Amino acid sequence: MRRIGIDVGGTNTDGVLLEGERVVETIKTPTTDDVLGGIRTVLDGIPHHDIGAVVIGTTQFTNAVVQRSGLNQVGFLRIGLPAGRSLPPLVGWPSDLAEVVRGETLMVRGGIEYDGRPFEQLDEQAVIEAANRFADHGDNAIVVAGGFSPVDTRQEDRAAEIIIEHHPEAQVTVSHRLGQLGLLERENAAGLNACLLKLAQSVISAFASAIDQLGFGSHTRLFLTQNNGTLLQVEEAVKYPVLTFASGPTNSMRGAAALGGVSDGLVVDVGGTTADFGALVSGYPRQANAAVEVGGVRTLFQLPDVLSIGLGGGSRIHSNPLRLGPDSVGQRLPNEALSFGGSVPTLTDAAIATGLLHIEGTSTPDLSNPGEVLECAATMIGEGADRMKLSAQKVPLIAVGGGAFAVPETMSGISEVIRPDYADTANAIGAALAEVSGTVDRVFRDIGHDAAVAEAIHIATEDAVTSGADPELVEVIEVEDLPLAYLPGDARRVRARVVGPLK
Amino acid sequence: MSRNLDAMDVDDLAVGAWIIGTGGGGSPYLNHLNMQQIAATGRQFELVDPEELDDEAQVAVVSTMGAPLVMQERLQDARDVARVVELMGEYLGAPFDAVMATEIGGSNAFQPLMAAAHLGLPIVDADAMGRAYPEAQMTSFAIGGLQPWPLALVDPRGVEAIITNVPTWKWMERASRALTIELGSMAATCKAPRSGAEVKRWGVSNSMSFAIKLGARVREARAAHEDPVAAICDATEGRVLFTGKIVDVDRRTTGGFLRGTAKLSGLDDYAGHNVELDFQNEWLVARLADEAIATVPHLICLLDATSGEAIGTETARYGQRVALIGISAPPLFSSPAGLEYVSPRAMGYDLEPVDPCP
Repeated sequence: MRRIGIDVGGTNTDGVLLEGERVVETIKTPTTDDVLGGIRTVLDGIPHHDIGAVVIGTTQFTNAVVQRSGLNQVGFLRIGLPAGRSLPPLVGWPSDLAEVVRGETLMVRGGIEYDGRPFEQLDEQAVIEAANRFADHGDNAIVVAGGFSPVDTRQEDRAAEIIIEHHPEAQVTVSHRLGQLGLLERENAAGLNACLLKLAQSVISAFASAIDQLGFGSHTRLFLTQNNGTLLQVEEAVKYPVLTFASGPTNSMRGAAALGGVSDGLVVDVGGTTADFGALVSGYPRQANAAVEVGGVRTLFQLPDVLSIGLGGGSRIHSNPLRLGPDSVGQRLPNEALSFGGSVPTLTDAAIATGLLHIEGTSTPDLSNPGEVLECAATMIGEGADRMKLSAQKVPLIAVGGGAFAVPETMSGISEVIRPDYADTANAIGAALAEVSGTVDRVFRDIGHDAAVAEAIHIATEDAVTSGADPELVEVIEVEDLPLAYLPGDARRVRARVVGPLK
Repeated sequence: MSRNLDAMDVDDLAVGAWIIGTGGGGSPYLNHLNMQQIAATGRQFELVDPEELDDEAQVAVVSTMGAPLVMQERLQDARDVARVVELMGEYLGAPFDAVMATEIGGSNAFQPLMAAAHLGLPIVDADAMGRAYPEAQMTSFAIGGLQPWPLALVDPRGVEAIITNVPTWKWMERASRALTIELGSMAATCKAPRSGAEVKRWGVSNSMSFAIKLGARVREARAAHEDPVAAICDATEGRVLFTGKIVDVDRRTTGGFLRGTAKLSGLDDYAGHNVELDFQNEWLVARLADEAIATVPHLICLLDATSGEAIGTETARYGQRVALIGISAPPLFSSPAGLEYVSPRAMGYDLEPVDPCP
């Protein structure tokens, strides 16, 4: 099957056509303000026949939250009284974002215990009243979040049903669908999702109509990529735009893994301003498992564990003592760097001065110690790689990005440095190669480690197959079993993730 | 000397209490958020030195028992903590003069503030652990042989209980734990009330102001781009035992506790060496090449090497760069009477206690 992968970055929109894992075509074009223009240019440049899927990775939704632009108002319904009254929805949000998003914030009786017993029965009458208040207030994007809802989803689902019955314009995000344990963080994720719904509707329908207008056949399916490097169907993306957060670095690392032919090792993407390090485990980025803030909001999103250091091709050289960055000329490199006739000495200039790098139309800059500058960069990269490593064992390092010239050939703890072809479109390749995933995060009780893990994998696999994965080829990517302190008996929280290729 | 705690003290307490939680005690995040809401209204809390208490003063001793995970899903309302203090007052037939923490390490450090926010009581600058410990009987009051009963317990749904009598502190832990579990593994408790004289004689004095000062030192070090780990060692008279990265974490539950081992691989001065850290909710024993270099009752703190932020036994993960520091426990806990409750042997290790800063 042939696939097109597109990555919409802040600067460039990249596209690739893949046949299996072989790169047939690559295109790079500036990202347009409306995003769509860049995507159209990419699609225009690629033959349209026999395309099974177009997969788009975009940072638009993350940017909307970070810039507080294009967001809609959200009504919140918390299920959990009589607990939690002093920590209402939106508590802890940055005030500028809360002001934009805040609709009615209501709380009703209900909730679940860790073992699945009800904490309290859902107060359905109060939910009806809440639905009416949301309608009166004009809140159409609604969040429903209840205590321990990932353990038993029925109260949240029932509340959503009641809200839609009494407020037909409502579009409800139930927290368990975004769900890890941690009520506030889960509710926050649902809130970020709900405030993007209007934007998602317009952006994603524009993507779909672009595909239609360009004459792809009905056999061409459109997907977005999500933060864990897997596919998101358009119908899902419209409901859960928040799942696209941080898909950029994930796609870049997945693409690097495929290009480098490495499934376990390190990746470094050296750009103009930063070098981003990640670790690959079974071809997927290792995930950070602490609370992650997005636009200042605390969530438990599964985001790739990325270490950024302020070193890139545009990093400024400081002398006495010699130091690189973190300030950088970034995108202004072709105007401001010494070799391009500018006045700022950068890492790129040092590479040109030593002959490591040849760029047409540049002159050899006058630098006193370019060799030392490159050594300094190599030391910084070596330290970053060492920090991401988990064992003393040597691992391969895949170097991608425009500043990858700064990565030295040999480093302690690194078995080899791989510089794959097409490295500058690794993110689009990662998007094109995305697979279908299924996940679960739930508390299991009194069935022991083996049975709990087996059950979790079963649930995750069903989830993946429902989303279109080939059941024959589903693989387990990650299983985490966390026994729970202070809970009686054998209670354990199991998180599992499986992936498989599209059927 | 009495002083008022403001919004910044509340923030500093969250950082300091998490560090001396020695990996357990639960993250203070949610309780901190609760008190931030109240402090933001300009509300201040009165902190009194134990020496200022009348001998006859009645002091409520509060903590919330349960599983940290449940606390993250059933967000606690400060009113429940206030209610359990009221309930105990009703049972005793006399209102309290002040409130104090059982456990200054972790989320429970905020419990007296939560009660005080609604009751207006002063907070005693003391606790009964000087850190976090896994079990409720591991307190200076138990070591002092003080009376373990009565105990009041409250659930937000209106379940209220008094345990009127028990033969030993261990029985109080067992009876209150059983009730807590039935209530969904979370309940606000008010422990056996203490007289001013008892708090002065047996409490860990000035532990709350110490936690606040520790948090302030970390904040100042970060702002000045100085090393927060060095600032923590300086403030606690502790020392760095090891620096490295976490290469393995093995967790299991036995008897309702999170137990396990974290393995650290050395960096910088410690390259080529490995440390194993055993935990039961809190970090209990640190071994370098099979030799114990720090054990309970002394404080073993695992910190992010760069930010100085504490790392909990539930959140430690592969790849984190860490500094391990050791701090001596207050002398009462390493006395023969203290060791009966909090020695390595009391927690199931065939080891003599090792003070990391002798």
